[in-house]
Amino acid sequence: MSDTAEKPKDIMFAQALNMAMNKAMADDPKVILLGEDIADKEGGGVFKVTAGLSGTYGTDRVRSTPISEQAIVGAAVGAALVGYKPVAEIMLMNFITLAMDQIVNHAAKLRFMSGGQTSVPLTIRTTTGAGTGLGGQHSDMLEAWLAHVPGLKVVAASNPQDAYGLLYSSIMDDNPVIFIENTPGYFVKGPAPAADHTVPLGKASIPREGTDITLIGYGSAISRCHAAADKLAEDGISCEIVDLRTIAPFDEETVLKSVAKTKAAVVVHEAVRSFGTGAEISSRIHEELFSELRAPVGRVGSGYAPVPFSPAIEKAWMFSQDDIEREVHKILG
Amino acid sequence: MASTDMADKDVLVDIFTRADLIMQSDIKFRQMIGAGQLQIVYYPVRGQEVVTSAMMAAVNQDDYLVTIYRGLHDQLAKGIPSKELWAEFAGKVTGTCKGKGGPMHITHPATGVMVTTGIVGSGIPIANGLGLASQLEKDGKVTVCCFGDGATNIGAFHEGLNMAQIWKLPVIFLCQNNLYGEHTHMRDTTGSASIKQRGEGLGLRSVQVNGNDASAMYAAAKEAVEYARAGNGPTLIEAMTFRFHGHLLGDTSHYIPKEEMEQAKKDDPMPILRQQLLDLQISEADIAAIEAKNAAIIDEASKFALDSDYPSGDEYRIDVLDVEIAA
Repeated sequence: MSDTAEKPKDIMFAQALNMAMNKAMADDPKVILLGEDIADKEGGGVFKVTAGLSGTYGTDRVRSTPISEQAIVGAAVGAALVGYKPVAEIMLMNFITLAMDQIVNHAAKLRFMSGGQTSVPLTIRTTTGAGTGLGGQHSDMLEAWLAHVPGLKVVAASNPQDAYGLLYSSIMDDNPVIFIENTPGYFVKGPAPAADHTVPLGKASIPREGTDITLIGYGSAISRCHAAADKLAEDGISCEIVDLRTIAPFDEETVLKSVAKTKAAVVVHEAVRSFGTGAEISSRIHEELFSELRAPVGRVGSGYAPVPFSPAIEKAWMFSQDDIEREVHKILG
Repeated sequence: MASTDMADKDVLVDIFTRADLIMQSDIKFRQMIGAGQLQIVYYPVRGQEVVTSAMMAAVNQDDYLVTIYRGLHDQLAKGIPSKELWAEFAGKVTGTCKGKGGPMHITHPATGVMVTTGIVGSGIPIANGLGLASQLEKDGKVTVCCFGDGATNIGAFHEGLNMAQIWKLPVIFLCQNNLYGEHTHMRDTTGSASIKQRGEGLGLRSVQVNGNDASAMYAAAKEAVEYARAGNGPTLIEAMTFRFHGHLLGDTSHYIPKEEMEQAKKDDPMPILRQQLLDLQISEADIAAIEAKNAAIIDEASKFALDSDYPSGDEYRIDVLDVEIAA
């Protein structure tokens, strides 16, 4: 062992995604990428997430497309039916609305409706997230819609290492996976993953152990959960954090085990609180652990309104660290 | 419309054999549904037999097909075995999809039938993906994508044909133009004079053909298939045809003027094709033998469908994801 060995250097979330696609394309010639502006000639993606990949693997496998969301997803579905592992980039999650027929009626259902004769090993990468003034049509978190569709997996990473491992697993998974990225989070740094680092789908992680209450979240919620947990620790409250990583199907076992220990929980997400994934997770906890809970499970989410533009309104609307702390205090009394 | 010489005798016999199977199957389905032996929503295909039979006679079994809810004719013409197809229509475990797809969602990869969609126009983007896979694999396959005139008003048509053209995908877009989208005549829904014109507007090689004329349809199909296999890209074929029994069974076609329906029935492609075979010195006995063989296939298939078991209720937990869903 060399004493000059360095700690893994920090990389940005977007770089981790690029590395995962690079590895998947190197490992499996059936992996292809489709999306608007994703080849280098068009800039390697508007957020540069696919930069360099067309140079390495060619524009046959890394294809810039017209602005045609249902044609992009449809082409990915068709190629997936005959053995390809397409990664379709839908630039922003709101644009997924234009491809919902392909996602909901086809990608999610063809395995079932064919009686298992075909499958759709497709990954749809899409980014979103409020907080930077992108307004009502470029920032929505729509994961609850997708999690409600049988046959789809829905994934959201909270740090570069997980992003790398989860995206690789999503691409290699034999089911259609919606991989949700966070636009402001692209530039957040974290330790670089080892090349062979993987994260299985359907497995949550516990990035912080605690004894008093469990904070359950994913994606952009996790950094705020950590910040809230640090602050609450000053008041003597010990928070455990469960990072779901896969939203659907979610790791019920890890969630229930943690809440059985802490006897209290708050589900946190950026999406609008009403009818969000928090309702489902909270309900499952109540079904299993009702009599053991110190108080009903709390939910933190954003307000019942489209994402506002003006920073003043956006801040008021958006879920926050303060909301998490307030909810924890309410539950623990 | 392009006029063409008569196709070879063998080709016409092949087309007739497929088309007669379709016609007899359609008649049998309507009888059985009418008699209460089958309780299904059925989209009749009578009148559109020749279009698809000529198209499928021009491709191979391992070429791909994407079709729609009015798809029985396409599925039979492509070669799905009748027994499995009938059983799927009846929701039985012996069906192509174990009874989990039904008439609107037939899949049978062994004969290249990859998707049957119940959503108008949605097959078009998916056909591109199959074509893209063939282009990347260099496997020489083509994809036939069937849809109706109504589908050309949906966004997927325009997005899909454009993408196929820019990538030169080996896809044949077969618009079976029966002039009616559900209950509405094309003239009331379509701004362009023809579907061919729409294809041209999107940059595709586009042809209009009398789809009910077996020789003309076969020639158009063959040309499009050769064009695609040579790497030149997609073709839109607008094949003119008609449907005799409404959007779905029970629809009385009240919105179709009597004279139009009468004329269409006078132009019924089936007796015309049959007469063409006789004119080519194929004997009445030989034709009758084809018809009898088809009748026997349908008899066996319909009995098989009725006699087969329904799938177990637990089947709903299987094939949702790649692992079984817990009860």
